[in-house]
Amino acid sequence: MSYYLDLLSFGPDGWGDELAQGALVTIALAVLTLPFGLMLGLLVALGQRSANRLARNAAIAFTTVFRGLPELLTLFIVYYGGQLLLQKLASVVGYGAQVQVNSFLAGFVALGLVLAAFSSEVWVGALNAIPNGQREAARALGLSARLSFRLVVLPQLVRVALPGLGNNWLVLLKDTSLVSTIALADLMRQTNIAVGSTKEPLFFYLVACLVYLFFSMLSGGALGWLEARTSRGQARRPA
Amino acid sequence: MRLTIAVAAMLLALTGAASAKEWKEIRIATEGAYPPFNFVGSNGELQGFDVDIAKALCDKIGAKCTVVAQDWDGLIPALLASKYDAIAASMSITEERKQQVDFTERYASAPVSFVAPKDTKLTGVTPADLKGKIVGAQSSTTHATMLEDVYGPEGVTVKLYPTLDEANADLKSGRVDTVFADKIVLLDWLKKDGADCCKILGDVDDKQYARYFGEGIGLAVRKGDQDLKELLSKAIADIRADGTYDTIAKKYFDFEIY
Amino acid sequence: MSDILGSLINLDLMARYGPRFLDGVLVTLQLVGISFILGGLLAVPVALARLSKNSVPRALAYSYVYFFRGTPLLAQVFLVYYGAGQLRDAFEAVGLWTLFRDAWFCALLTFTLNTAAYQAEILRGGIRAVPGGQREAAFALGLPRWLTFGKVVLPQALVTALRPLGNELILMIKASAIVSLITIYDVMGVTRLAFSRSFDFQVYLWAAALYLILVEGVRRLWAVAERRLTRHLKPA
Repeated sequence: MSYYLDLLSFGPDGWGDELAQGALVTIALAVLTLPFGLMLGLLVALGQRSANRLARNAAIAFTTVFRGLPELLTLFIVYYGGQLLLQKLASVVGYGAQVQVNSFLAGFVALGLVLAAFSSEVWVGALNAIPNGQREAARALGLSARLSFRLVVLPQLVRVALPGLGNNWLVLLKDTSLVSTIALADLMRQTNIAVGSTKEPLFFYLVACLVYLFFSMLSGGALGWLEARTSRGQARRPA
Repeated sequence: MRLTIAVAAMLLALTGAASAKEWKEIRIATEGAYPPFNFVGSNGELQGFDVDIAKALCDKIGAKCTVVAQDWDGLIPALLASKYDAIAASMSITEERKQQVDFTERYASAPVSFVAPKDTKLTGVTPADLKGKIVGAQSSTTHATMLEDVYGPEGVTVKLYPTLDEANADLKSGRVDTVFADKIVLLDWLKKDGADCCKILGDVDDKQYARYFGEGIGLAVRKGDQDLKELLSKAIADIRADGTYDTIAKKYFDFEIY
Repeated sequence: MSDILGSLINLDLMARYGPRFLDGVLVTLQLVGISFILGGLLAVPVALARLSKNSVPRALAYSYVYFFRGTPLLAQVFLVYYGAGQLRDAFEAVGLWTLFRDAWFCALLTFTLNTAAYQAEILRGGIRAVPGGQREAAFALGLPRWLTFGKVVLPQALVTALRPLGNELILMIKASAIVSLITIYDVMGVTRLAFSRSFDFQVYLWAAALYLILVEGVRRLWAVAERRLTRHLKPA
């Protein structure tokens, strides 16, 4: 027992500090990706409902591709392909210095694209759930299209979309483990390194699973609280 | 629109620009899972023969050195994509790789061997000896290429792993019958984790398969960076001459590695 | 510009790895197909346990579902594959090592357990959506409990569950790409092999096309099946 506790200790001989650092990277990546993916997802959702055919088709193509590709493949394409693309672009515009995509950025972009594709479905559903009368009433009161979206539609949107977006977040949190394959020192990669060094796969993968599980539980609690909070204004219908 | 601009700006800020060219700073990548050449200690830092050599070379050149870890499969692609400037990861100098990158002069040699459990029934390491058996190796290595080209067609099953550690773990648990890799790395493993389970099954004449195993181990650089290649080659000769190389080699090996 | 077009499809590479890519497609489909079906069978008792009045099976099923849905599939695959390697002696003692020795079996087992957790939740939702009157009517007709479940409740629950089950199947196809990390040559495994030999980025684009075709194909087949199975619900 104390052997396993030593394995998890902080300091030069234990792996506790490495795993904790990895967990921080995992959380940082997920938390930074979330707003990017959700915003892009909302944009794509608005594109899907747009009157403009081009925007509509682009939005549909986007969701088809990024919902259809394995997340691991998307990550590799962004990591290796994004770099080649940037290199080409840089040389075309005559920008001499080297640009580089590090593994954190690649994870951020790839997971953000996937999150955008999946959350756009949630946003579309939520947009459809808001009666048109709301928008019409806002316009009748003299609000501009932009203002009526921001002040009337968006707040309701968030409430309706929250359960779906909460699911998206939980999926994102788990998908971050894939960045371990492009050498980002997240929880999964630090676990792999610990296993390589100690030959204790059963113990360390179980620990990693428990850490992910802990994050999922925390998120579940936070989401419940958020859902309750955003529905405060909703009057309970008498039973 | 504002959002798009914000995202674009953020991307630019994150990508950043790294100017090198004068080689005041050299970014060198290694794998970090190939002891004793390169590995991560439990203090989280990259260590090993490759890492020490890389640092000694930078000292000689008078450049600042950053050593980063990169998964083996991604080492060459990421070098080509300018994520760093050179690779010091026990990479053999081969014709196939030379089509993609340039190599410095060698800084070590690379004999190759098979390992197997001590109680193995195998007696030899020719394709005929291993027919119907499972051989493990690390993917994207000279060993993997040779196995796939020479042993695969003869009825040997080749299983490729992201790291050699994982292949060795499966050798220990009996998922593969033998593992094929650099002899020096296997010897190191046999002294530690593999001590109670395994032994060297046999060597492969690397001269006979020079097409695969090339001319030893060198640092890889992009084809465009001739100046860096020459700087590094010269630095290798310098540390060989002034004894730095021997000091480092003694730290890791009790035999001649060059 | 012409060199970009010329390198758009590298025919040499296609000739060398094309057949292996087809093998990879077969491996992916087999792995996902079998684990999806086995997972579906396992999901029924798990869903029932989740709905049980007895708190012991309920808690067990809840923990099972929570663990497999709350942790990354990648971690689960590594846990089973490398964990089993560590437990070799124990598995040999009970004669199971020949199974766990095989990476394909380990992947199949993990995928089955994983998808069973997701499918159980889908099924639970479907069962709860069946109106109570259906069950009462079946009882009133004198049907025994298991027959009521098998002939009345489950078919209706499955109709509700069809769409989310289709989504789960597609998620499995995509998630299966990670088996390439434990030496299995599925589509992704072949892609990584071809890339490691050629360093030609286009193999990743071939893989992307293959996966999109696979996913789109499965989605359409599922939609056809769904239409056929719900014919009776359409207004005449």
